[in-house]
Amino acid sequence: MELFVPIMVGAMIAAAVYLMLARNVLRFLFGLILISNAANLTIFAAGGLTPEAPPLIASGAAAPPEGVANALPQALVLTAIVIGFGLFAFALVLVYRGYQNLGTLDSDEMRLAEPEEPK
Amino acid sequence: MSLALLLPLPLVLPFVIAVFAFLFRRGPEGRWISVVGSALSLIAGIALLIHVLANGPVATQMGDWAAPFGITLVADTLSAVMVVITGITGLAVAVYAVSDITPAQEELGFHALFQTLLAGVTGAFLTGDLFNLYVWFEVMLIASFGLLVLGGTKVQMDAGIKYVTLNLISTILFLSGIGLLYGTTGTLNMADLHYAVQDADPGLLTVIATMFLVGFGVKAAVFPLFFWLPAAYHTPSFAVSAVFAGLLTKVGVYAMMRMFTLVFTQDVAFTHTLLLWIAVATMVTGVLGAAAQTDFRRILSFHIVSQIGYMVLGLALAFQSAFALMGAIFYLVHHIIVKANLFLVAGVANRISGGNELSKIGGLYKGAPLLGFLFLIPAFSLAGFPPLSGFWAKYVLVKASLDLQLWWVAFFALAVGLMTIYSMTKIWGSAFWKPHPEGTVPALGDLPGDDRRALIVPIAGLAVLTIIIGLFPEEFIAVAARAAEELLDPSAYLTAVLGEVPTE
Repeated sequence: MELFVPIMVGAMIAAAVYLMLARNVLRFLFGLILISNAANLTIFAAGGLTPEAPPLIASGAAAPPEGVANALPQALVLTAIVIGFGLFAFALVLVYRGYQNLGTLDSDEMRLAEPEEPK
Repeated sequence: MSLALLLPLPLVLPFVIAVFAFLFRRGPEGRWISVVGSALSLIAGIALLIHVLANGPVATQMGDWAAPFGITLVADTLSAVMVVITGITGLAVAVYAVSDITPAQEELGFHALFQTLLAGVTGAFLTGDLFNLYVWFEVMLIASFGLLVLGGTKVQMDAGIKYVTLNLISTILFLSGIGLLYGTTGTLNMADLHYAVQDADPGLLTVIATMFLVGFGVKAAVFPLFFWLPAAYHTPSFAVSAVFAGLLTKVGVYAMMRMFTLVFTQDVAFTHTLLLWIAVATMVTGVLGAAAQTDFRRILSFHIVSQIGYMVLGLALAFQSAFALMGAIFYLVHHIIVKANLFLVAGVANRISGGNELSKIGGLYKGAPLLGFLFLIPAFSLAGFPPLSGFWAKYVLVKASLDLQLWWVAFFALAVGLMTIYSMTKIWGSAFWKPHPEGTVPALGDLPGDDRRALIVPIAGLAVLTIIIGLFPEEFIAVAARAAEELLDPSAYLTAVLGEVPTE
């Protein structure tokens, strides 16, 4: 597990960067969603991955037994997922609105805010 | 007032105001709630600053969960000063928005988003927890997204897509950095991190520090990560771009200052030398970019980038000279006031002369000499003319680099100042000096009286503040010096957050 997850994160980031290099804004956005999930997995892995060892504290004890995963990163990931969900919903609507208004998804053609210099 | 109330108050107020401003968004009440509320937030910020100046850094634990387990709110001198300056900018822009924001934009929730933005900025300054900082960044981001595209013109959509996507990447880098830092040290409380990183592998920490540097670098718009800024800041309403220009990038600079003095000090020779190169490259590219522009607000946008370089410069030299860090903090405060003010002036120029493209406007000096005067104060201050605030800010940084015998850094800092004058005179020469291409003479009197007052009062107020800082810099320098001392020797900060920690 400990080896498998980082490799998966690497693969996700590679795929995400590939997608984000595209001129199509929608592909860029998919890349962004992928890379954000890779970041979430990184945090998840940072807490340690221990199968079949729930981080439960026995009654009367002050700390969980040795060898369990840290549960805090999982709470952090949940927060990050929720925030990320909101942001991507907004970004998706923005790109759609941009497509309606500008008539293109090609970032090279989005030059309204920064018009090309007259030659 | 008890500490448990004093610290969260500047944070809670904007959220409460946001709710009421949203409820009353359909009428004129909403904007006045926003103005009065901003004044209250400013007062709460000043109360906090007075308390911090009298008693040193203070901290409170949310929900009484002891640090490092709970979320800590902490204010040292730097945080408290930033909260006050956020309050000042917020109040100025809220007054300006009374005239600048149309009822249609108000009905879409401008004031609610604006107050949420201020809450996010204040939260980022006050939090003592890294993950909480991420959350405040997100609060700030989502509010800024909304403000940027409010109104939904084509240009705003175009700018919005670039702004949103590039800022999301920086957020993700920041988040991954947090994950790796937690995996390495097992804590996210910034004060606790200060101790925890001392046992961590320095090589790994430097990698994480670089991730933070890129993440915060995008927010702060440093070279080569600044492209989203000049693509976006000239598109929304003027009130929005003024608050963006004043506050948003500075949150990135603040976060850098905090992390690279409190936590990432393991390899100063690498990280802070990198910062030095970034700083100089940022100054130079920003000012050259501005020289190529012909739009009032786009020139100013590029100057934000260039000025950020000065602040990063002060941070880069922090461990060689406390004087430089003090200069960076002084610069931060001065720049927020001056930059927000210049964007407000651009708004009035747009209102009365019908545009922001320099070739299409003119005659402002003839028709509106008061506006010309109010433009010259922040413009000269930005360029660093004595006796305005920018002179002292630049003077301290240049002197610090000369003291360290970094001649080339001092040379670039001075040359960029000179180029800044070039851009400011370009605006002056086209917008104010030459006659209007259509032969009209734009005057402030063309505006209805109420609008005129709402637009000019905040500009004049900020200009007066610039002059006060310029004429009586001792007090401000003393506060900045104290903030720099606290950053370089964080023992009071650490004690405030963690209580007495046994020294080894």
